Amino acid sequence: MMIKKLTILFAIVVTSAIATAGPVSGPAPNFTLQMLGGGQMSLAEHKGNVIMVNFWATWCAPCRQEMPHLEALHQRYSPLGFTLLGVNVENDPAGAQAWLEETPVSFPVLFDPENGVSELYDVIAMPSTVMIDRQGNMRHLHHGYKPGYENEYQNQIRALIRE
Amino acid sequence: MGRTAVPVAVVGVTSRYRNFLSRALLGAVLACACVTLSRAAVLPEDRADMLFHSYDGNGVTITGPSMLVRKSFATNFSASANYYVDRVSSASIDVITTASPYTEERTQYSVGLDYLHDRWIYSFGLTKSEENDYVANTFSIGVSQDLFGDLTTISLGYSLGRDEVGRRGDPLFYDEVARQQYRLGLTQILTRNLLLGLSFETITDEGFLNNPYRSVRFADTSSAVGYSYEPEIYPNTRSSDAASIRMRYFLPYRAAIHGEYRSYSDTWDISANSFDLGYTHPLGGGWILEGKVRSYSQTRADFYSDLFPFSQAQNFLARDKELSTFSSTTLHFGVSYDFLSNWRFVDRGAVSFSYDFIQFDYEDFRDLREAAPTPGNEPFFSFDANVIQVFVSFWF
Amino acid sequence: MLRIAACIVALLFLSACSIQPWVRPYERDNLADPIMSFDRDPVSSSYMHHVYEAREGARGANGSAGGGCGCN
Repeated sequence: MMIKKLTILFAIVVTSAIATAGPVSGPAPNFTLQMLGGGQMSLAEHKGNVIMVNFWATWCAPCRQEMPHLEALHQRYSPLGFTLLGVNVENDPAGAQAWLEETPVSFPVLFDPENGVSELYDVIAMPSTVMIDRQGNMRHLHHGYKPGYENEYQNQIRALIRE
Repeated sequence: MGRTAVPVAVVGVTSRYRNFLSRALLGAVLACACVTLSRAAVLPEDRADMLFHSYDGNGVTITGPSMLVRKSFATNFSASANYYVDRVSSASIDVITTASPYTEERTQYSVGLDYLHDRWIYSFGLTKSEENDYVANTFSIGVSQDLFGDLTTISLGYSLGRDEVGRRGDPLFYDEVARQQYRLGLTQILTRNLLLGLSFETITDEGFLNNPYRSVRFADTSSAVGYSYEPEIYPNTRSSDAASIRMRYFLPYRAAIHGEYRSYSDTWDISANSFDLGYTHPLGGGWILEGKVRSYSQTRADFYSDLFPFSQAQNFLARDKELSTFSSTTLHFGVSYDFLSNWRFVDRGAVSFSYDFIQFDYEDFRDLREAAPTPGNEPFFSFDANVIQVFVSFWF
Repeated sequence: MLRIAACIVALLFLSACSIQPWVRPYERDNLADPIMSFDRDPVSSSYMHHVYEAREGARGANGSAGGGCGCN
């Protein structure tokens, strides 16, 4: 009897779950942030390219795990009209700067120490990734990272570049 | 004293606690159904630990290794294995007053598997512990889920154990123990610097629950010392409940202060409380210091007595100091040093050392190595123990 | 006491379905620090639990999981 009840409840739970990545719509809100190496950069500068915004932190293990894959994607697709922006969400950028000295990346890294942009993009998981098309609209949203996600990223980038 | 009524009452109590725990389980699963956005949790880190442990107290010396390896594979799985040995050399007060010193070895093997699916982590474990007169087998399952923006983690666990009890020097002696454990855990992030943990556990044992070598003493005028021994007799069921609350707070200069309170009671009428208070302080340069104080006290089982008035005074008899009224205080000091960082496939390597000084003070267990004019007036027993741990850990 | 506590816990879950997380994922840096883990060295803590359980009458309610970086 208890096993029957449990089975029904587990079925409800499983069917109520939604995928960890989903489509999203609407124009991507613009922002301007300080860049690693000095200067500022805004999202609007890259309109016309496919943009992937990745929210990360050094204390988040899946974020660190994802970095080499992001670097590979940037290297491969930036000649084709693709930009990857890494947004570091730590309150003190010094930690991220030190980590990036040991593991450098070639894509722009922006700092969001006040977390204004994280709020703007409603970051509800670490890491979070938003795909933005050439018209500046948000198209895909990813929460978290597990090995294999980089394949999804690649497929979505390819599709958006071809549009 | 109506002891024959106890087994029936224990069975009634057991099913009552099992009922509300199963209701709590249903309630938790119902609650999980409310959350519609699914996100994944994280499996435990990959690591390898090699520990050497040493306990020295009350004439007993126990040393040995404990090795743990944990590795994730196929994205969603994490497997772990533990090998643990106790090498016992015992001339404790129980042994000195009623038996002869002995050495013994206990080996324990454990394997575990964790499976991550969305926000759920399912866990399975098997443990086998073997010594020359006791074999314990345990099977465990557990499930945990992150809820409410991952601020809450709820976990449920169940273990089933089957033990085989033997007696050295008596090949015909054989008995069994069946154990069941029900666990409910909750971790809640209260603020960005404060964590709260709650834990509830109910354990039921059934079978041969006493020690085949231990005896109780009773006043006996026909004996030279005024008392004689007879074998202990325990109830064949025991059901216990424990609840604990713990908190951990991050101090702004990077340190952590933590405390825990646990309350325990069981159907043998033992009630116990323990308090822990600790402080963890990273020094920089890879050094972490830790200090902790623990205070424990319990009241005796209702069938425990240091000296019974005559032979077979009750249906159940015990003189195990573990069931007596006593208190203990522990002072803990630990230090660890990160000696390796980002070397080949190793993310981090650390070596750790810890020392615990534990003092036990008994209030109704007497030290029979000291003679007394009449039995029952020997001084109360107390002893200190020194526990040392040295271990190396790698994360990869 | 145990029954009341477990009921409170269950009610907390049922009522919290609509609560928004008050600690955002990007604010969990301190919680992700290894010193904030309830169980930093499992081999060591399971050994000490065994030391106490073998000498004391009490058993159970030793562990809890969770906290940390909350990633993914």
